[in-house]
Formats: sequence, C-alpha cells, structure tokens
Amino acid sequence: MNAFWQHFADGILTGAIIALGAIGVSLAMSILRFANFAHAELLTFGAYIALIVVTMFGTVGEPIGQLSFGWTLVVAIVPAGIATALLALAIDRVVYGGLRRRNAARMTLIFASFGVGLVVRNAIHMTFGGDPEYYTRELTIAVRLFETIRVMPDQIVVLAVAVVVVVALHLFLRYSAIGLAMRATAENPDLSRINGVDVDRIVGWTWSIAAALAAMAGVFMGLTVQLRPEMGFNLLLSLFAAAILGGNGSLIGAVFGGLLVGLAENLSVMVISAGYRQAVPFVLLVVVLYVRPSGLFGARS
Amino acid sequence: MTGQLGYQVFFAINALILAIAVLGLNLQWGHTGVFNAGVAGFLAIGGYSLAILSGPPDAARFGGFELPFVVGLLGAMAVSALAALMVGLATIRLREDYLAIATFGIATTIQLIALNADALTGGNLGIHGIKRPLADLFDGPFTYNFFYLAVVTVLLVAIYVALETIVRSPWGRVLRAIREDEVAAVSLGKNATRFRLEALVLGSALMGLSGALYVGFIGYVSAADFQPIVTFQIWTMLIVGGSGNNRGAILGTLVVWALWTTTGRLIVELLPSRLHAQGAAVQTILIGLVLVTVLMLRPRGLIGEQPTVSRHTTA
Repeated sequence: MNAFWQHFADGILTGAIIALGAIGVSLAMSILRFANFAHAELLTFGAYIALIVVTMFGTVGEPIGQLSFGWTLVVAIVPAGIATALLALAIDRVVYGGLRRRNAARMTLIFASFGVGLVVRNAIHMTFGGDPEYYTRELTIAVRLFETIRVMPDQIVVLAVAVVVVVALHLFLRYSAIGLAMRATAENPDLSRINGVDVDRIVGWTWSIAAALAAMAGVFMGLTVQLRPEMGFNLLLSLFAAAILGGNGSLIGAVFGGLLVGLAENLSVMVISAGYRQAVPFVLLVVVLYVRPSGLFGARS
Repeated sequence: MTGQLGYQVFFAINALILAIAVLGLNLQWGHTGVFNAGVAGFLAIGGYSLAILSGPPDAARFGGFELPFVVGLLGAMAVSALAALMVGLATIRLREDYLAIATFGIATTIQLIALNADALTGGNLGIHGIKRPLADLFDGPFTYNFFYLAVVTVLLVAIYVALETIVRSPWGRVLRAIREDEVAAVSLGKNATRFRLEALVLGSALMGLSGALYVGFIGYVSAADFQPIVTFQIWTMLIVGGSGNNRGAILGTLVVWALWTTTGRLIVELLPSRLHAQGAAVQTILIGLVLVTVLMLRPRGLIGEQPTVSRHTTA
C-alpha cells in the first residue's frame, strides 16, 4: 500500500509538469487548429535557455531553505519563457504563417511541425551535445508526507507553482478581453474576425502563452529529472494524450488529462515492466478515443 | 573502382527497399488520405517477423524457425497487415490529426516492445545471424549484392506495376474520392471506413515487406534501425517526390536517400571523429529543412499527382 501512495504522489508531480505542456498543445489544437508535433521541443528549448542563464551566473544561487536551487534559477525562468515565446513566434512567422495564408490543409501544418521539431531538437543536440545536464548537483533531503511518502522539496515547489500558474491562466482566459477573443477564435475564427477580433494578434498570444508554459514545464523537468535534447520529444505522447483526454481546447481538461497521464504512467510500473512506461499514455488515449472521441471534458460534436 | 561500384550497389539496394515502403505510404496517404505516422513501427514488425520466421533458433527466445526466405517475406507481410488491421479497427474513424497521433503512438509502443520483450525480439541485442537467402551460391558479398539488387528491383517493379493498375481500377478511384470528399463518397454508397482500412492494411503489408527485405539484406535486426527518424525520412521521400504519384514516390526516395547518404559520407570524411555526433545532427536538420522547404515552396513535390482516368474512358 505504501508503494501505491508513493507512486501516486510521484504521478501527481509528473502530471503537473505534463499538464503545463499539455495546455499549450491543447491551445494550439483549438485556436491554431493543428496537432503541433514540435511543441515538445519548446519544453526542451526553454529548459536549455534557463541552463544558459544559470551558467552565465555561474550558479543556481544560494539554495533557498531545503531546496536544491536559489533565486538565480527562479529568475532564469523569465528569460527562458520569453526566448521560447520568441522562438515560437519566429517559427510561426517563417513556416506556419505562410502555410495558413495559403490555406494549406491541416495535415500540411502537421508535417511542417514534424520537420520543425526535428530541426530544433537536433540544433539543441548540436549545440549542447547529447550528454545529460543538470542545473545543480546540490543534494537535497527528501521530506516525508504522512510518514510514508517521500518527496523532494523541489517537487513540492514545482507542484505549487504549477497550480498557481494554471489558476492565473484560467482567470486570464475567463475574464480578460484577450482571453475572451481567444475562446471566440477557437469557437469560430471567421465569425470572430467579422466581430473585430484581430486573429493574427490572437495567434501571437496563443503561441506566446503556449511557449512560456512549455518553457516553464521544461525548466521544472530539468530541475526534477535532468536536461537532455530528447527530454521534450520523449514526453510528446504524454502531452498529446493529456490534451486529447482532457478534450480539445479545454484548460481544465488539459490539467486533468495531465494528472491522469502522470498517475497512469507512475502507477503502471506496479503492474508492468518500467520499460513500457512510455506506451501507457498511448494505450490510455486509444481507449478513451474509442469510447469517447471528444475527450473527457470536450463538447460532443 | 570495385569499392565505388560496390558502394553504388549497396546504395541502390537500400534505396529500392525504402522505395517499397514509400509506395506503401503513398497508397495510404497519397491516394486515400490516411495519415500513418507509425511507418517505422510497421517496418519493424516486418523485420522482426522475418527474423523470427527465417532466423536461427535460440533457446532464449521464441522463434528461429529457419523457414525459407520467401516464407519469411510472406509471413512478414501477413503479420504487418494483421497489425495494421488491428490498429485500423481501433483508430481509422478518428479525425486525421488524432489518427496521426495514434499511429505515432503505435510506433513508439512497437519500439518499446522491440527493446523490452527479450523473449520475442532479443531485446537490446536484437537477433543476429539471419542467413542471407542463397548466399552459398555466391563467392563473396560483392557478387551477392548484385543478386540481391536484382531481387529487390524485380520486386519493386512488380509492386509498382500492381499499384499503378489498382489505383486506376474502380477501387483506386474510390480511394481518391474518399480523399477528396469523404462525405460525397459516402453519400454515393461507398463504405469509406472499409476502403480506408483496406488501404491502410495493404500499404502496411508493403512496409512490412520493406522491413523484412532490409533485415534479410543486413542479416540482423535491432530496435535501433526503427527509430522515429525513419518514419520521418520516409514521409520526406514521399512529399519531396510528389504525394499521390507512384513514380514521384520512387524518385523522391532516390533523391532524399542520396542526400542523406552523401551528407553522411561527407561528415565521416571531412569532420574529425569527435564532431561526428554534431555532424549527425546537421544531417538530420538538413532533412527537416528539405521537408519544410518543399511544403512551403513546392507542395506538390518534384513530380506531383497526375490526373488518373480509367482506361475505358476516351477523352
């Protein structure tokens, strides 16, 4: 039973990181209208930008309390988010924008994102090499929850920040004018345009939010696991599964999808070999799509 | 001189084997609009099936029946077709981008099985010592490769002719009707799901054949040969050559494979060995840029789709 709760806690923590990435996938699917196979590379890119910042400072800063990192890494998330958003906007301008103007089929955009992902991933590989990197090698002591569950202090902070970010984004989408315009564009781009929504601006906002969240997820992953050029790509299936499980474009859905995928991956090692862990989100996805094609939280079409 | 010629033959064998898989993908995507992002998975199924059926026995794993090579090839096609049927029944009704994600997931799962199911696939080590067909009749790899090239060429030509015939048949016209406008095809009484499934199964059988021919040629199989990059290469070959055109599919294979192997050789020859990993990344980046550039500047590919009409029509 203790093992179950340990995997459960790990699942929630993994799930929180997946959720941050899946929100971007979900926004891209509903507003930009294609499955972005290059989204995972935005996580990797953000994580490595933060690594550059940390390396420039020469340290992650004096560890705060029982955490492994200090303020430098916290600050580094900001340039990482901005740089990742700029990368996403640049790619949109060069590749996807041109295809959209030509009214290219949705599948053309998916192909292009396949190619973009490959280019970004290998550019990172070329620059940083394939060896794992770490923000810090500072050792931290696990804390015990309810006597039995061991979690790292870093993981608790990651979870708390993820919750705050999701709540803030929910309020933004719900109550701000831009959030309203984003939801309207997801619903019906032509009607939104007629009603004075600047769709190009909404596309820019969507990329920026998706990329910034991806960068944050990447930094959190780098902090709790490690940094590798394939870190994002190996998570791609989890991100898609979470976004689709939650239902196209639903923020709350993507969060629940992320948690569900994280839990399923971690709990699965109790029944099957850990070698198959990466396939778990896929199996979950196929089952849900078979039973309920619109996802758990999506509107039935 | 023989070194250079030997290399050309080696290049041609690999290119023609890949062309069979690209033709399979062209049937799925080019003609029917079924998005299969799991090509590497079906190649792997074919390759491992051949190794299990025709490879040497080993007490530690299932298979190694040492059946004749032809039986191995047919078995590989049958197993790939069966896998595609199962995958298709679960996913073919999905929206096209969901289908892309689902097939991508299949390939990942197959890759994991290849790596972890030691009793079936030999795990990390793979399966070695698969006898090349009729190898005893030849005095060395140089002459043998000419023979294998001939076998692959005959197969490719036969497949090309067969595909050209069926895409011009009434069955082939229904596939394109579904691709262009599924609702219209359905309203004319065509069972779109069934036709899409048939195209998926037939195309995947060709991919299985391609994987089996590759494994038969190199004599061993390992999961490293079926990474997601292979799916991407095969897609790039189809898009560059011209989706919907069988000649385009073959031309695209030759062009992209030439680009890939040439850059690979240049990296080995020109760069010091400590930079080879970076060089391999450049090689991959290049292929990504080729795909994106073709999509943006020449979406129809080198030779795009030609109008195909029934031979009974006089126009």
